[in-house]
Amino acid sequence: MSQQNEPTDELNEATLLAQRVSTGASTAAAELENYLATIEQSEGEIHAFNTVLADEARTRAADIDQRIAAGESVGPLAGVPVAVKDNLCTTGVDTTCSSKMLEGWKPPYDAAVVESLTAAGAILVGKTNLDEFAMGSSTENSAFGPTRNPADVTRVPGGSSGGSAAAVAANFAPLSLGSDTGGSIRQPASLCGVVGVKPTYGAVSRYGLIAFASSLDQIGPFAHSVTDAALLYDVIAGHDQRDSTSIPTGIPTVSDGLDAGVEGLRVGVVKELSGTTEGFEPEVARQTQAAADALAEAGAKVDEVSIPTVMAGLSAYYILAPAEASSNLARYDGVRYGLRQPGANTAAMMRASRTAGFGSEVKRRIMLGTYALSAGYYDAFYGRAQKVRTLIIEDFERAYQDFDVLLTPTSPCVAFPFDAKTDPLTMYLNDVCTIPSNLAGHPAMSVPFGTGADGLPVGVQVMAPMLGEQTMFRVGAALENAAQTITNGGA
Amino acid sequence: MLELTADELSMFPSQLNAILDRVAEMNQLDIDGVEPTAHPYELSNVFRSDQVKQSADLQQRSLAAAPEVEDNQFRVPPALGEEL
Repeated sequence: MSQQNEPTDELNEATLLAQRVSTGASTAAAELENYLATIEQSEGEIHAFNTVLADEARTRAADIDQRIAAGESVGPLAGVPVAVKDNLCTTGVDTTCSSKMLEGWKPPYDAAVVESLTAAGAILVGKTNLDEFAMGSSTENSAFGPTRNPADVTRVPGGSSGGSAAAVAANFAPLSLGSDTGGSIRQPASLCGVVGVKPTYGAVSRYGLIAFASSLDQIGPFAHSVTDAALLYDVIAGHDQRDSTSIPTGIPTVSDGLDAGVEGLRVGVVKELSGTTEGFEPEVARQTQAAADALAEAGAKVDEVSIPTVMAGLSAYYILAPAEASSNLARYDGVRYGLRQPGANTAAMMRASRTAGFGSEVKRRIMLGTYALSAGYYDAFYGRAQKVRTLIIEDFERAYQDFDVLLTPTSPCVAFPFDAKTDPLTMYLNDVCTIPSNLAGHPAMSVPFGTGADGLPVGVQVMAPMLGEQTMFRVGAALENAAQTITNGGA
Repeated sequence: MLELTADELSMFPSQLNAILDRVAEMNQLDIDGVEPTAHPYELSNVFRSDQVKQSADLQQRSLAAAPEVEDNQFRVPPALGEEL
């Protein structure tokens, strides 16, 4: 591979923008206007946002420009517009979780990651659409209408962070944040053709992330390139004493050494999640194989690996996540915040508020989770799922004795049309490749790798063991490089 | 506590049964002697340092989001004397 086949600089949009703004080659205000113009032009069609913060963003950009003119250093994201999923708290700005339950709610504090963005000089441009309370894989479950995929507006962007993926894909912002409980960053990244990262559980503070399933939720970046995703990861990762699951020490930074290559790295292609699995589109399988071949060509040792219990992850997840959700969502009772419907007494008020505030998918999961936790069924469902989770983690541990990273497709399919998967179980099957990393708490990322059916984007998933982000990002960068080479007709 | 619409009542039973049928595949795995996992890693209690911090403003902002407030408290309909 020759030097001119390196990823083009334009892909590193956020990195370059921050350089231009901080060196005075450009202003945050001027850069922002480009994005606001794109939003103005296309947001009506895409619907990536629940809220666009144009005025606030302009005020913020002017402030950043003033500080730079005064010789201040404003941080690694100087003037970079960032879109944030609408389940992350923003002081005084509507935070809805795309639910009628929280419509109009203005949090009294910022999420830790929002504080980090501000401290790094970023500009919040808006709050992005999601499946209600992050429950879904298509963003069709939003109470405020679906987001459309910028690659093909007749198709879903994936979910639940569909708005954040679409915002980057449509050039509404060079970076965005999402949350990933069972694939909610990686799957929409794959379907929209952008990079999406789920960090190690505990690597990024969840203070101010509205909880869905607390043992699985994690916040992470979307970007056009691995370099930009690394830039944002380094800004949001780190210990936070306000999150009791935050890892105290040893959280890696990833931007340095991204281009170190994959020479000698051991890459395992997961047999059970390969293209031959039922329900996987052949083009997705073909691209995953091409990605494995590209890594081998770049010097990695690529081999097949078996994770025997990995397919059971889907079942364990669809017990564990609803169980945790049924508990977490008990807080929406019409008392302290959110929707209240009238009732003759407190219980009637709570019942009426929850009935009116939650959509069907949320209700399904509350019922499923409550059932799995109820006396008489606990051992058969919740207890068993927790043990299957242990088996999957042990299988991963065995695999990581022989491999540094694992490779799978991110999603079994490319972006699908609206209303194509109205049956919940069919929708859940989208998450089969992404769920295992959440169960194990491991980092994983989706990198665009060519196209599949109808010319739609395909994403390849790189998984790594706990706190293995440095190696994972290096492999991601190599895949990006290879994908670029193939697109350019090289190699 | 939830009530369901007529639509939800007609579609949920078959959907939930299909999900429960699917997750029954877990029964094929041998879980004898396997410890359950509640979290990706062992958690321990975290205590913040005992420092006095300003919180009055936060109280006002928190109450500001409540559907009904009286005397700096959350107000609800009668909780006693009615069948729950």
